[in-house]
Amino acid sequence: MVSFTLQRAGYQVVEACDGAEALELAQTSDGVNLVVTDINMPNMDGISLISELRKLDSYRFTPILTLTTEGSSEKKLAGRKAGATGWIVKPFDPESLLATIRKVL
Amino acid sequence: MSIDISQFQEIFIEESYESLDVMEAGLLTLDVGEPDSEVINNIFRAAHSIKGGAGTFGFEEIAAFTHVQESLLEAVRSKSRGVSAELIDTLLQCVDCVRSMLEANRTDAEIDADRVLALTSQLERYQSQDSESNEVVPEATADERQEQPLDDQTGGWKVVFKPYPDILATGNDPYRVIRELKRLGECQVEVSTENLPDLEELDPEKLYLSWTVELDGSCEESEIREIFEWLEDDCDLEIQRLVDPVEGEQVSDDFSVPAKVPVVEVGKKPVDNVFQRDVEDIGIASVESSSIRVDTEKIEHLINLVGELVITQSAISQYSANLTEHVHLQAGLQQLASNVHELQEQSMRIRMLPIDFVFQRLPRLIRDLSNTLKKEVQFVLKGKETEVDKTVLEKISDPLVHIVRNALDHGIESPQERIEQGKSEKAALEISAKHEGGNIVISISDDGRGLDLPSILTKAQERGIVEEGDVLTDSQIEELIFYPGFSTAREVSDVSGRGVGLDVVKQNIKSLGGDVSVTSSLGEGTEFRIKLPLTMAILDGQLVQVGGEVFVLPMMNIEKSVQVRDSDVNVLPNGQMVYRFDDEYVPILDLDQFFSDSLSPARRPEGILVLIDTGKLAAILVDDVLSQQQVVIRSLEANFRRIETLAGATILGDGAVALILDANELVQVAHNLQGINNEPLRKVS
Repeated sequence: MVSFTLQRAGYQVVEACDGAEALELAQTSDGVNLVVTDINMPNMDGISLISELRKLDSYRFTPILTLTTEGSSEKKLAGRKAGATGWIVKPFDPESLLATIRKVL
Repeated sequence: MSIDISQFQEIFIEESYESLDVMEAGLLTLDVGEPDSEVINNIFRAAHSIKGGAGTFGFEEIAAFTHVQESLLEAVRSKSRGVSAELIDTLLQCVDCVRSMLEANRTDAEIDADRVLALTSQLERYQSQDSESNEVVPEATADERQEQPLDDQTGGWKVVFKPYPDILATGNDPYRVIRELKRLGECQVEVSTENLPDLEELDPEKLYLSWTVELDGSCEESEIREIFEWLEDDCDLEIQRLVDPVEGEQVSDDFSVPAKVPVVEVGKKPVDNVFQRDVEDIGIASVESSSIRVDTEKIEHLINLVGELVITQSAISQYSANLTEHVHLQAGLQQLASNVHELQEQSMRIRMLPIDFVFQRLPRLIRDLSNTLKKEVQFVLKGKETEVDKTVLEKISDPLVHIVRNALDHGIESPQERIEQGKSEKAALEISAKHEGGNIVISISDDGRGLDLPSILTKAQERGIVEEGDVLTDSQIEELIFYPGFSTAREVSDVSGRGVGLDVVKQNIKSLGGDVSVTSSLGEGTEFRIKLPLTMAILDGQLVQVGGEVFVLPMMNIEKSVQVRDSDVNVLPNGQMVYRFDDEYVPILDLDQFFSDSLSPARRPEGILVLIDTGKLAAILVDDVLSQQQVVIRSLEANFRRIETLAGATILGDGAVALILDANELVQVAHNLQGINNEPLRKVS
């Protein structure tokens, strides 16, 4: 549903079902301009994904946003420590999501 | 821009049910002694996703309730508290409660607030038992900033932004930050290059600049803070009100406390992250492959179309059968037939689902029941991935559950009794499914006390089902338990009821075109076997000719077909005929006479007798036996109305309509005509 909103706004979206797949997809063809990820995921969680992405040359400066729930400041900070650009708090409405995306692109 | 989210609401509800299943499955497998952290994670994630979605869609009560569960699960996850059997039980009850809350929403009923409250307090009690609460910092206390009184709107802000050198490595770009500031109002931006080293020492990936921005005062401090929210730890930030020439007040804030993120309104957007969580593992074999949700209506439509295609193709093949000189045409038709056949098989398979969908109810059921009944049960589910048509799946759930309940209630003894018998304290219960022939066979077997045959026989005699003096084989006695009103349970237990169960179970299974039977060994155990056709939409049919019309008999029930011989047929005083089969007399039903409702006396039997076995035997008299083919069952009820003895209709290859006969009802009619009320006891196939 995040993709739905983004696509409606004209962005091209590539989805992955967990961190491991995301890492793979990120390295295909032209890559992506922005990564949005959940923290809790099987196979590879968001924090690990972020660290891994930051190790890749093409993703050292790419904006990465985490999805967190309100109040989980440790998660937000953990994300930032791993190298995330910022976060988006769930639940969110489409306008806010897009506003945040605009902030980083 | 507004986005219509109502379509997502349905998805949320469906997914929540799935998440609840995941929670339940996880909770059931959780080992109190050594809880598996992966399992805990799964449970947590499931609760987490329900909470998120509930919040988005305005299901406040569900969101709040799930939040409490989630916090508790988080504590478990981070190992700040352990897992106890009571905790698992409470959480299982919470799962049930959320299910009922979703249901209440669906039916527009009231949510049982008391139940929610009771469970919530219980959860909170568990929480407060922790010596060290590992709770996620609650929102309320996070915000300790002092907000500036906004009485003076004049003046502006001075923002001094000194990012640390590595800030770029997190994908943040000061340019964008300043861009955002500009959105808040007019800005004067000044950059400071004082930290910029010489070119040789310059690391292009680091940032050495800092900025001072003067922003005119039309915004609030919190808005400015929000822009820097992500960057708190990576920069020095100073936000000061610009000194108003008149007032001398100047206050600068300490930004070290995280700024509160404005909570976005609920009720707008579904939650999911862009990288979707993978389908939770419900123990279904197909989880690894990706899937999409499809409306069942679309599938129905598709399957109907394919059915039509089969008929059309078949008709064309038939018409062209004699155009043998057109070699290419024949080859093409051959290919077409093969393709269409394959298409039909594949499309039928679309509706096939693993029987696990039904099996997954069982662990919970068995656990709850064994607790209630105080019995120890070790159970095994086999063949969960065996696929069954969706229509069959839906209808098999209740009968299956009933038989399992029965096994636990009546079959399996108490641990005490088992020990006395020299058995292991834990009873073994095995439920398995597999394909056999064109059917699926589900077996439920236990190592309990088995059927008490003498007691059953006595009961049957008491009820008049069996005549005194009748000699029955063991298997015939076993079949008696499927008779209506039959229960030898000394006290009727709450669990499996008043013995109205098994006969209804048998009926239900029969209505699916299947059958159920039981075998047992006293003191050793019992096995129930349910046999079902793989799909209810297609039938392996035997075409028969009756009075100029073609009918279809289900092959599943056909025992054999024989040419009528006078020597095998006896005519009863009432004019009815019976057929001598082995040592029994089987009633004959003359279909032609039956359907034409003629009052003429029984004619000399000519033609073929098709012996039908549906638990009882009957011989159906037809003019001729034609070919066998697979037919697509079309409902008469849906298109016309229900007619007794008919199970539906189909269209044959030549385009003719053929009526499909209902074996059970035919046999019943045959027996009724004979004036047989009691059911002659037969060995069940």
